[in-house]
Amino acid sequence: MIEPPAYLLLSAILFGIGVVGVVARRNILIILMSVEVMLNGVNVAFVAVGSYLGDATGGIFAFMVMTVAAAEAAVGLALLIALYRIRETIDITELKVLKW
Amino acid sequence: MTGVPLLDQHLLSVLIGLPLVGAAALLFLPREGHRTIRNVTFLFTLAEFLLSLLVVARFESGTAAMQLVESVPWIPRYGIGYIVGVDGISLWLLMLTTFIMPITILSAYSSVQKHVKEFMVFMLILATAMVGVFVATDLFLFYVFWEMVLIPMYFLIGVWGGERRIYAAIKFFLYTFVGSVLMLVAILALYFHHYAVTGTYTTDLVKLYSLTIPVKMQFWLFAAFFLAFAFKVPMFPFHTWLPDAHTEAPTAGSVILAAVLLKMGTYGFLRFAMALFPVAASDFTPLIVTLAVIGILYGALVAMVQKDVKRLVAYSSVAHLGFVMLGLFALNLQGIEGGILQMINHGVSTGALFLVVGIIYERRHTRLISEFGGLSRVLPVFAFCFMVITLSSIGLPGTNGFVGEFLIMLGAFRTHMWHTAVAATGVIFAAVYMLWMFQRVMYGKVTQEENLRLEDMNGREVAYMLPLLLLVFWIGVYPQPFLRRMDASVAAFVTRFEAQKQAALRGSPAGETMLVRYFDSGK
Amino acid sequence: MVSGVLDYLWLVPAFPLLGVILNGVLALIAERPFLLKEAGLPPPGGSHGHPSRGNSHATEAPGSHGSGASGPHSAPVYRNVVAFLAPGAVGASFVVALLCVLSLAARPPEGRTFVQILFPWIQSGSFLAPVGFQLDPLSSVMALVVTGVGFLIHVYSVGYMSHERAFARYFVYLNLFMFAMLMLVLANNYLLMFVGWEGVGLCSYLLIGYWYEKQSASDAGKKAFIVNRIGDFGFLLGVFLIFWTFGSVSFTDVFARIPLLRDSGVLTAGMATAITLLLFLGATGKSAQIPLYVWLPDAMEGPTPVSALIHAATMVTAGVYMVARSSALFLLSPDAMSVVAVIGAATAIFSATIGICQTDIKRVLAYSTVSQLGYMFLACGVGAFAAGIFHLMTHAFFKALLFLGSGSVIHALSGEQDMRKMGGVRRYLPVTFVTMFAATLAISGIPGLSGFFSKDEILWQSFSSPHGSPALWFVGALAAGITAFYMFRLVFLTFYGGSRMDPEVEKHVHESPWTMTVPLSILAVLSVAGGWVGIPASLGGDNRFEEWLAPVFRSVAAAGAHGAATGAHPSVSLEFGLMGISVGVALAGIGIAYFLYRLRTSKPAEIARRVPALYDLVYHKYYVDEIYEWAVVRRVVDGSVWLWQMFDALFIDGIVNGIADGVRSAGDRVRRLQAGIVGGYAFSLLAGAVLLVGYILYRSMVP
Repeated sequence: MIEPPAYLLLSAILFGIGVVGVVARRNILIILMSVEVMLNGVNVAFVAVGSYLGDATGGIFAFMVMTVAAAEAAVGLALLIALYRIRETIDITELKVLKW
Repeated sequence: MTGVPLLDQHLLSVLIGLPLVGAAALLFLPREGHRTIRNVTFLFTLAEFLLSLLVVARFESGTAAMQLVESVPWIPRYGIGYIVGVDGISLWLLMLTTFIMPITILSAYSSVQKHVKEFMVFMLILATAMVGVFVATDLFLFYVFWEMVLIPMYFLIGVWGGERRIYAAIKFFLYTFVGSVLMLVAILALYFHHYAVTGTYTTDLVKLYSLTIPVKMQFWLFAAFFLAFAFKVPMFPFHTWLPDAHTEAPTAGSVILAAVLLKMGTYGFLRFAMALFPVAASDFTPLIVTLAVIGILYGALVAMVQKDVKRLVAYSSVAHLGFVMLGLFALNLQGIEGGILQMINHGVSTGALFLVVGIIYERRHTRLISEFGGLSRVLPVFAFCFMVITLSSIGLPGTNGFVGEFLIMLGAFRTHMWHTAVAATGVIFAAVYMLWMFQRVMYGKVTQEENLRLEDMNGREVAYMLPLLLLVFWIGVYPQPFLRRMDASVAAFVTRFEAQKQAALRGSPAGETMLVRYFDSGK
Repeated sequence: MVSGVLDYLWLVPAFPLLGVILNGVLALIAERPFLLKEAGLPPPGGSHGHPSRGNSHATEAPGSHGSGASGPHSAPVYRNVVAFLAPGAVGASFVVALLCVLSLAARPPEGRTFVQILFPWIQSGSFLAPVGFQLDPLSSVMALVVTGVGFLIHVYSVGYMSHERAFARYFVYLNLFMFAMLMLVLANNYLLMFVGWEGVGLCSYLLIGYWYEKQSASDAGKKAFIVNRIGDFGFLLGVFLIFWTFGSVSFTDVFARIPLLRDSGVLTAGMATAITLLLFLGATGKSAQIPLYVWLPDAMEGPTPVSALIHAATMVTAGVYMVARSSALFLLSPDAMSVVAVIGAATAIFSATIGICQTDIKRVLAYSTVSQLGYMFLACGVGAFAAGIFHLMTHAFFKALLFLGSGSVIHALSGEQDMRKMGGVRRYLPVTFVTMFAATLAISGIPGLSGFFSKDEILWQSFSSPHGSPALWFVGALAAGITAFYMFRLVFLTFYGGSRMDPEVEKHVHESPWTMTVPLSILAVLSVAGGWVGIPASLGGDNRFEEWLAPVFRSVAAAGAHGAATGAHPSVSLEFGLMGISVGVALAGIGIAYFLYRLRTSKPAEIARRVPALYDLVYHKYYVDEIYEWAVVRRVVDGSVWLWQMFDALFIDGIVNGIADGVRSAGDRVRRLQAGIVGGYAFSLLAGAVLLVGYILYRSMVP
């Protein structure tokens, strides 16, 4: 039986990978994927703690997050395609009209 | 009771809702059909006015209690209710609102040519909000309507206004918004205080009235309410948004601004600030009366030297509203009745004055006094209307302005003799600036070629001016129907004010100074 | 039944009001299209080449007879209707007033107060001002003078204004004036009186500015209204004090409560002084006394019948009426009485001296009016209220006549008002000359004529009354001499000597139509005989006039117990002596005028040259207008501009816009943080999260 701290460690590692991806990468596609990784990291924690406490809420929340993540990915990718059509780039350093 | 009982039960709600229904109806009309849009709007506002006559018919003048009350829980867990009602203080302000709406809509038939649909929708929303302000007797509901007024007005000035409309609109919005945010804080403080004392949450004004609020708290809450309402009135020195807003607003906007919006401030003083915090209100009285008197003179003097007709009228509003404040803070029957009547009078006279200015503005597209001169010869009917309105604004006996100003000064003379004596000189200056303006616009020879080609008032213009002129003389000659319906409420107000003040002051030593009363920690 | 007539008292003001409404409808419906067409408006349409296009003629002379190519011949029917309605309304009201007064006279003297309440006007708490009328001996004198003289002047106006385009408008204003004046006179309380008080001021404004295209006319109208408003300010404050002292504003209540309140100490002498001086401030405005007299000479810009009616016979005497009406209050305050007397005497002499040098025929009469009003106040100030009202009545006759006569001259001379361009007019205008001469004799105080009796009564009272003094008498007598001088100067310059008229004008000189000469003649009879109702006992009369007014002022004397105003004449021989002196002074004035303007016509100019500074000072009316302009008007206007531009725009809006700018510039700096780089945002998000989590961890570990 794997102890809860191990799950939480996995969760933290996944979350950390995601964070690094979001902060360090310039490709929006990668950033979106990193966000997914972060969400999944959180999901791991939810499920682990839920089962440790014997409470279904954690599992339910994980499903909730997955649903939202799916929706977010759909909308995000759609926007991404629209953006690419207009600007012909998905490099965030070149997309900085959102200022002042 | 005969008639339609259901309608009677929900009369005030119908008055609040009808303009919104009208606004919704407009959405289904094609936007190019200007004529239909205008007519439909006019019919809705007219229906609104006719229905509001029923309020007067149902009104019992013998009682000070709220009438035609509707009370349903709105957000029950926070004690917020949808509570509306009228009494002698709000009755005529409600009537003024419903009366002035069809008139302004008629005036906008020709003056508004772009975005007619949006304009009319905003006007109708504004009507709902204004009616709501005057009939709401729940603090939260009142606050909602109070803020709701800002939005359509902001757009009316900002979209249909003159050259500097954006500046004026933003100035108007921010000025009044700053005040109302403070009021919101004060409302919350009051709300929690009620809980602390009684263990229940409520924003019902009638329940809050019975609360005895500690004097230190009164000071801060009154100060917050004071700022909110003083900005709106506007009292000197918070008045500078008014000339800009009035000057830049379209005619219909100026009329509503002058006739109704400014009254929200004075009404707020009477209904909320003074009624809830009598001790602080009494202690603030010297300050407020002084500001009011300064406003009277200042408004009159500055009005005198204006070059723009609308700006002149705007500054004259500062002076007139100074009189209203003087009357309210006379804190006796004559002063307050005069103050309420003068609110109506100012709505009628200054509203009409803006309509008059609008009529020549539409023809010449200028508001500069120097562009006119000698119009009496070209526009005889217009000259007649303008003269009557001018005299009403001056407060000539026989017109409405006199009755209001007289009662105000009669009441205020008793409590603030010297202030009133100074204020009375404002009556002289009123004659100076109005007659001087009238002379420069109407008398002399026609100096500008294009003024010779001006057309006199047409049937529609006469139609909307006539009710105002009739009211000028009606209130001037026989104000009894108006005054009698205020009596009970105002008398009760004065009595309750004194009683509440005594209750709040129980235990504090006589001759306590303000500094000790409000700022000493008591240790 | 005779007393039933009094119930119709309300008809007295109602008739002129009806006239206002009917004529107003005619003015708006019938006259408006006619005027627009005549003025050549809107553009296509024949303007008969008369000065409607702004710049062709600088001024349009009053009574501009030449201006309308379409004279009375092409007059539309509505003018005839107006010409009938307007005087008819006033005539009807005169008849009703007369019947009411007769029925009042049938009552015993002490019961001659009739009050009719129509409806409550303003009521609030304990305050009540009804629309109610009061007919007593005092108001009946006023009502008869107002409606009687008013009717004559209406008839006269039909002739005088026949060439005017805006005929109906004129009569609307004139009828409105009659209505307001009757409200003033008949009101049973101070507030309703104030309605009439301001109402007549309005009509004065409208009628002075009747030729509104003329800058000086509209200026004069505005000046009249505003100066009157300064007085009204005093009146209004007086009313407030009266109400809060007496608890009522109706005349009967206020006067009845005087003894009680005085004994209980509520009504102190100081309070009485305050009330009466405030009321008197109102009177100085309306009745053109120092310091507020300046509007009346300018008011001559109005049509001459208006000057006769409003600015001589009726409205300007309202102040005297009001003071007499409030005599019970004035008698409580010896200080206020002295102020009234001194102001009255000072005004009498001051404006009489100005009258010496004026060349405009109407302005001479205007200053004369101011001076005569001063006499009336002198009378009131020494407690001789009946004498003041008596002079008010006789003055109404002869001064109205003088104005109407001068109007007749001006009418005949195509609008010429400068006496230097008249002379010898007697030949052309016999009726005008004879009637005006009678009035001149009357105003000069020639024994037997109306002015003599009233003026002499005032002079005598100012000497002998407990409130009077020899100094007041001396000033009054001197002013009487000057009055005789300038009036005869006027007559000599206008009617005698060779013609100095413009030849073009002289060709058209004609006697006025009957509508003008008949009123002149009636007024001439009244100017001569009007004083016979008040012949004093010392001259074998029984002074019926004073006896008629006695109920009003006797109750006054009772109220102000120690102010026994109308005391018995101390010595008949002294009275005769003073009478002789004043007649002598008047004759001397006439003699000097005869000498200077008939015998040595070059002398006046010579005198003017000898004392240039003095002449200049008097000719320019002591520069009072200029001083007011400089010391008051300019200060106020400059101050207001400063308030507007420096205080409002710069200071307050400076703060307001300063706050806005501060917020904006702060935002301007902060917005640089929004670089638009998504990575940056993500990093700050992360940093924020780390800080937050760190803080929470820190708080949970460190208690």
